[in-house]
Amino acid sequence: MKPTSPSEPLLPGSRSQGPQHQPSDARRSLIIGAALVALVGGAHAQAQVDQPAPGFTATTADGKSLSLDSLRGKTVVLEWTNHDCPYVRKHYGSGNIPALQKDAVAKGVVWLQVISSAPGQQGFVDGPTAQKLNEQRGAAPSATLLDASGQIGKAYGAQTSPHIFIINPQGMLVYKGGIDSIATAKVEDIAKAEPYVKVALGELAAGKKVTQSSTRPYGCSIKYAS
Amino acid sequence: MAALLLAVPAACFAQAAPLSSGAAAPGAGAAAAVAVPADRASTDEVSVRLLSDSGAVQPGQTVLLGLEQRIAPHWHTYWRNPGDSGQPTSISWRLPAGAQAGDILWPAPRRFDVGPITNYGYEDRTVLLTEVRLPESLKPGETVRLQAEATWLVCREECIPQQATLGLALRVASRATPSPDRQALSEARAGLPKPAPFQISAIASGRELIVTWPVQAGQASQQATENVLFLPQDWGRIQHAARPQLEQTQGQWQLRMPAGEQPVRAGQALEGLLLLNGQAYAVQAPVAGSAVPSAAGAVAPPATGTAAAADLNAPSLWAALGLALLGGLILNLMPCVFPVLAIKALSFLQGDAATHRRQGMAYAAGVLLAFAAMASLLLALRGAGASVGWGFQFHSPLFVLLLAWLMFVMGLSLAGVVQLGAGLMGIGQGMASRQGLMGSFFTGVLATVVATPCTAPFMGAAMAYALAQPPTELLLVFMALGTGLALPYLALAFWPALQRRMPRPGRWMEVLKQGLAFPMFGAAIWLVWVLAQQSGPQGVLLALSGMGLIALALWLRGVSRLATPKARWAGGLSAATAAAAALALLTMVPQEASTGSSPAAGQDFEPYSPERLAELRTLGKPVFVNLTASWCITCLVNERVALSTAEVKQAFRASGVTYLKGDWTRQDPRITELLGRHGRSGVPLYLYYPAGSGGDAQVLPQILTPGMVTAAVAGGAT
Repeated sequence: MKPTSPSEPLLPGSRSQGPQHQPSDARRSLIIGAALVALVGGAHAQAQVDQPAPGFTATTADGKSLSLDSLRGKTVVLEWTNHDCPYVRKHYGSGNIPALQKDAVAKGVVWLQVISSAPGQQGFVDGPTAQKLNEQRGAAPSATLLDASGQIGKAYGAQTSPHIFIINPQGMLVYKGGIDSIATAKVEDIAKAEPYVKVALGELAAGKKVTQSSTRPYGCSIKYAS
Repeated sequence: MAALLLAVPAACFAQAAPLSSGAAAPGAGAAAAVAVPADRASTDEVSVRLLSDSGAVQPGQTVLLGLEQRIAPHWHTYWRNPGDSGQPTSISWRLPAGAQAGDILWPAPRRFDVGPITNYGYEDRTVLLTEVRLPESLKPGETVRLQAEATWLVCREECIPQQATLGLALRVASRATPSPDRQALSEARAGLPKPAPFQISAIASGRELIVTWPVQAGQASQQATENVLFLPQDWGRIQHAARPQLEQTQGQWQLRMPAGEQPVRAGQALEGLLLLNGQAYAVQAPVAGSAVPSAAGAVAPPATGTAAAADLNAPSLWAALGLALLGGLILNLMPCVFPVLAIKALSFLQGDAATHRRQGMAYAAGVLLAFAAMASLLLALRGAGASVGWGFQFHSPLFVLLLAWLMFVMGLSLAGVVQLGAGLMGIGQGMASRQGLMGSFFTGVLATVVATPCTAPFMGAAMAYALAQPPTELLLVFMALGTGLALPYLALAFWPALQRRMPRPGRWMEVLKQGLAFPMFGAAIWLVWVLAQQSGPQGVLLALSGMGLIALALWLRGVSRLATPKARWAGGLSAATAAAAALALLTMVPQEASTGSSPAAGQDFEPYSPERLAELRTLGKPVFVNLTASWCITCLVNERVALSTAEVKQAFRASGVTYLKGDWTRQDPRITELLGRHGRSGVPLYLYYPAGSGGDAQVLPQILTPGMVTAAVAGGAT
């Protein structure tokens, strides 16, 4: 065997092929991961941003039954409301929420009001009354969900009226929080506030990720059945 | 009454204009020439009054003012952080020019729980203090008007926003005089939260916020969970409605709360109140991050520098560069790289110093260029939206196959079966030095390529940091890593003193070189095994066939080299054909195995899936997660020396730990995601979730010993 010089190249021209990469088939992992985070998160299983929104089937103000599953493929807004709450009045009296509703619905978004007030509590209404109230206030949600048991409210961890949750067409929760950034009951603050929900819907319509996906909700506490 | 405001009937609350009348402000002295709103107002729910500690004020004085709220039974107003709903009281001051009002000095609130909603606020009566500094320019005999617009929300079941404009007219004197309200305001000030006479610290660990303070002598038995609360000053720090858990450990109380929507992060300050047996302590604590928030912190193994750095979310660029340099240095000692360098170092036994320096530079250039290429590739992939991590090349069976062949050929070369170098380059003696430089350059490239399956300590954190950074930073970190890898060889090249410490040349060199062929064959065997898991039996067949063809090609070239020109030509042609045939095999490599890797029955681990982990965590079971890959040598070593030992298996069994193993040999976004969540970009990653559903994963070091694992399991069990 002929000795080779140690200074010889070990392998000239051994430039190996560029590393190959199989394109990852799924960014879906994020979804699963987020679900995991939520489950690990502990006893307070609330709806978390970037994880599947809790499913529900509810009775609407016009007496029909509506399930979240049937809305797959559409952006869904859940708006917790209580017509006697001053903060709700701020946004209805000023026309702010009705305008958001009309604009969203016109763009194919499903906007659902949710009333989780228990019977006998402030904000509790029956279907016809809920419809009449909306008519009076010029409100135009796609439907109003009657949640007197508070089941849906608790599944989402809804705390205030208003409290807004947005679900993307894939059924993932993409926003939870306040209607806007200034936590007062004064109408004049609406113009100064950062309109979180309006911005989030705009970003979703443009196919972008919601930048402020979790904000502080403000308003009256939801009058759950105790 | 001057201005009043009101419990506004809901319809017009927002535009509530103050109802006014024109009474003189009571108690404000006769000097009030200008109308001042009354110092008090009331609604059905709240009576408010503006208090001053001074009857007459002097120029430059800081006067203490208070907004007293007397609240009807069952109603409450809110603290600065109102909790899940509600709105804090606010005061907007109208003061003479030059006067300045401070922020509200908030008294400690109470916690109210209504169903799933938690609020912080005041019942019955509260006084919100504000200090107002008056200007020096006041003249005795003047009157100062202090006017407050107070806005508050008062709630029982329902909520009513209210507001009132209150005023005081105070006489300016050369010397201030106390007012009848001074006593009440002093008491209010005395009742404000104070800084604690002991150290309060905060730890943020992913989904938990932990506030800790030392156990005080004689207090231990008195502290019941019911009496202990931490109220964060800002929204989103904790889930207010969750009851905090109080634990005593190692002379410290730990109050553990699930993190809220906007948790504090390490490095930030946590502000709020600690309510302890009726005492309210003001908390302003820097927040530490922790991978090991375990109650038994001292028992659990401390996180290594890698783990700690990764959990601090973002080491600074300098820290990342330092870690990368260190990681690169350590890479030299890794089993994949060391043989390559050992051989290379032998070359210093010949030639002159100038040549050595050139070789050193060429080698470093090769390393850096290879790292730059890798960084560019990563950037390109990232740009295309792929989720990639360190070692991503190994997700491609094609790459693994080529590397296996490379190792095989290197083995043949080292063993002396074939003589590559000079032959392939076909150059004469005169060009030897250039050839040496090319060789050095490609050795650098090679060292980089073979280093990829090794994760050196300290490298993980730097890599994870780099992958989340803009291109320039990413490139810098990679360059630092390359510099670290190249450094020992460079040092040897430029420092003849070091070379002199090397043994004399001799026959032993040849023997050593041949001996080192076997680690190369070993590496090739291992890579074929990796390939077997990626591409199944067909992959193995192709790999081995390719090796046969390559050996044939090399042999043909070898035997024909010294023959007649015609025979040489024929030999070359056949060799090229064999080599081409080998390359043709590459096109047949299956990209996906036919899922032949399902674990055999009787194994003591289950395959990792996020669903399974979530299920176990929901049940509160302890879980050990091992994220590994066949091509990751560090992982395999850890499994061999730590995870597969009887000691660890026994510990797992004894504590009912479920062992989940995530195999990243092939690309698996679900594993990439879990890695990313812990600030990693590559395997290995070892996580231990203690029993109970609340806790965070404890990140174990990348180099494991059985003791570390058992200590973690034992620690988590307490």
